[in-house]
Amino acid sequence: MTPLSQLLPGQFGKLASLNPERGVDQRLMALGLLPGMVLKLIRKAPLGDPLAIEFCGQVVSLRLAEAENLIVDVSADCPIQRPRQP
Amino acid sequence: MSTPDAGLLVALVGNPNTGKSTLFNALTGLRQRVGNYPGVTVSRKSGTCDLGDGQKVELVDLPGLYSLAAASPDEQVVIDALSGNIAGDRRPDAVVLVVDATNLLRNLFLASQVAELGLPVVLVLNQADVAQEQGLRIDTALLSRRLGGVPVVLTSAWKGEGIPEVRRGLADALSRRTPLKRVVWPADIAGALADVAQAAAADTGKTVSSADAQRLLFDTNVSTAERLGWTLERREKPLRAARDRVRNSGYNPMAAEPLVHYAQLRVALDGVVSEGLGKAGRTAAVDRLLLHRVLGPVLFMGIMLGFFASVFWLAKFPMDWIQLGVDWTKGVVAPSLEPYPMLQSLVADGILGGVGAFLVFLPQILILFLFIGILEDSGYMARAAFIMDRLFSWCGLNGKSFVPMLSGFACAIPSLLSTRTIEDPKARLATAFVVPFMSCSARFPIYALMCAAFIGPLYGPGWESLVMVGMHCVGLVFAVPTAFVLTRLVLKVKPQPFVLELPRYQMPKPRDVVWRMWQNAAEFVSKAGTVIFAITIVVWALSYFPRDASVAERIRAAHPTESAEKVKARAQAAYVEQSYMGRFGKAIQPVFDPLGFDWKITVGVLASFPAREVIVSTLGVTYSVGEGAEADSQDLRKAMQDAKWPEGPRAGTPIFSLAAVLALMVFFALCSQCGPTIATLAQETGGWKWAAGSFVTMTTLAWVVSMAVYQVIIRLT
Repeated sequence: MTPLSQLLPGQFGKLASLNPERGVDQRLMALGLLPGMVLKLIRKAPLGDPLAIEFCGQVVSLRLAEAENLIVDVSADCPIQRPRQP
Repeated sequence: MSTPDAGLLVALVGNPNTGKSTLFNALTGLRQRVGNYPGVTVSRKSGTCDLGDGQKVELVDLPGLYSLAAASPDEQVVIDALSGNIAGDRRPDAVVLVVDATNLLRNLFLASQVAELGLPVVLVLNQADVAQEQGLRIDTALLSRRLGGVPVVLTSAWKGEGIPEVRRGLADALSRRTPLKRVVWPADIAGALADVAQAAAADTGKTVSSADAQRLLFDTNVSTAERLGWTLERREKPLRAARDRVRNSGYNPMAAEPLVHYAQLRVALDGVVSEGLGKAGRTAAVDRLLLHRVLGPVLFMGIMLGFFASVFWLAKFPMDWIQLGVDWTKGVVAPSLEPYPMLQSLVADGILGGVGAFLVFLPQILILFLFIGILEDSGYMARAAFIMDRLFSWCGLNGKSFVPMLSGFACAIPSLLSTRTIEDPKARLATAFVVPFMSCSARFPIYALMCAAFIGPLYGPGWESLVMVGMHCVGLVFAVPTAFVLTRLVLKVKPQPFVLELPRYQMPKPRDVVWRMWQNAAEFVSKAGTVIFAITIVVWALSYFPRDASVAERIRAAHPTESAEKVKARAQAAYVEQSYMGRFGKAIQPVFDPLGFDWKITVGVLASFPAREVIVSTLGVTYSVGEGAEADSQDLRKAMQDAKWPEGPRAGTPIFSLAAVLALMVFFALCSQCGPTIATLAQETGGWKWAAGSFVTMTTLAWVVSMAVYQVIIRLT
């Protein structure tokens, strides 16, 4: 179990838990980022923050501080569900 | 803008970046703003849409959004509009739901929420051409059946394909009145929703729709409760009980809505989309370059420098032509009015001066909006925000503040309009507040005059350009701490999370970009233009009256040997000195005395409050070198270099000492001297409170910093 903020660029993870009380997580859930969803950290911005993550066939940017509470499982099978590049 | 009340009203709803606005343009024939940057549409835009069978409906383009959870003002507008809670607006008779055909699942979440309102729906799968390129095949008949039989149409609004089908679909939806299939809530959530609806209805005596109940139960935002008048004391207990019921059934109440919707949408979409062979999009490859760790910022700087340089230099030529045109008109009109000096002055200095003063900004505004439009529609704007966010987040702004702040160096007015692209109300307000600090092009003439007259001759061209650059940074240096103080201490608004979609790159549609540029320019002319015009006339009158003929005669008698032209200039200076403006300037000169300004500069400063570029021509008048003084005017430079304090402790020393020169430039760098900016700020922040705050903050800051500069340097030199 790793915070999303510690993923390396190019690394996949399966979302294990988020905090539905937080505004950021509510936004992400509306975009389809729900527990069990596979996501990929595409890259960090040149200054290291924010991050660009890919899930559900879309690329979304969020701040490092906001990504700390998103816990992902990097050991889980993250195969086939690999999102299509838009 | 609106059709007769009897007509039908249809709302256009969809996620950002779905081509919704392009579709709106295609359906109504009304060209309007199209964005590729999430959340562009903020104001209500509507037009008449022909359904093809002679029937006409009013189509309203609602802000793009991802969810009905009312977290931002945009989302609130959509909920209110769809439930008929906007004053003066009816509840729509149907909804056109625009979704991105390449990402049905995420887009249908909003559709599924809208379904809860029970309105007839036509589902438009836009960007079908891109989906086809990617090898996606969509079974629209199957999708229609799964969603309760609503019309489903494939379109490519960019290419203009599928538009007649949307019209037919809409006519069909209006006649059959088929709503989108609603989500089936698990028993306990359904029960909790019913409990909430019942409690709210009992407490408020109002009808509470199922959509209202969902917002009450699922959202942390209290806007629905406030609209219903359901007070905190009354709602707290029933809401907690209902949320506990949801929690006990195994759902977090804050996550239940997306979980249930998405789970059921996955089932509904099963077998609808089949993936064939297709080309992968180029977006990922382009991003590898444009968001590269090293190349990304380099290219970003290049693009922004190019953007900024073009605004500045491309606009220079049309601005010169406008100036020439205004001067030419003056030259033609003024002589014919020679017998009526007051009318002549009113027309030449008041009216033509006023028209010229705002027309001259038009080229910059057009070019600025053309570039912003291209940046937005191409998808690069979101990347710019991504790259810049880190530099701005610490002081409460965000990456999207960058473009308005950069364009502020050309002109604050279009920059203020472009803060609309920032969804977070707090960051938006803070950005709008700091934009007027940026050293706009109207500050250039006074810097140029002072540098050329004093810094250059005394210290050489090296210092001259250094001071020039330094002056352009003064505003920025003070703007950032101002933003910090404002967002940390003054604004109590909760900041919005900075969750930003990086959309697919797309070729901007020239028609849309040009139309948007035109719309913005028209708005500027109608709103700011009238303000500038009115202010110019008022300032003209204050510096023209009273006008007693004896003043000119006295000057003529006192200087019998001088040329007629010189006498005329002296007379004009004498008139200004005894005008209302002159008297006022002399009266409050003591206020500006600690800054090293004499009464002539004070008059210039006062006359410049409506429009700061007026300072150069006002100094031309008060230093009696005649009107029409330019920054490169030799006479004016000479007159200023020779000016000495006539009396007081500084008698005999030059008025324009290094300290006074720097203080004057710093004052103009920081002071709020632009009527149209204040007017636009009031319009964009929804009231005069922030406009007044900006005026007071900037003007006070200008006085304090300028005073400090004068007092320190005068002691050092």
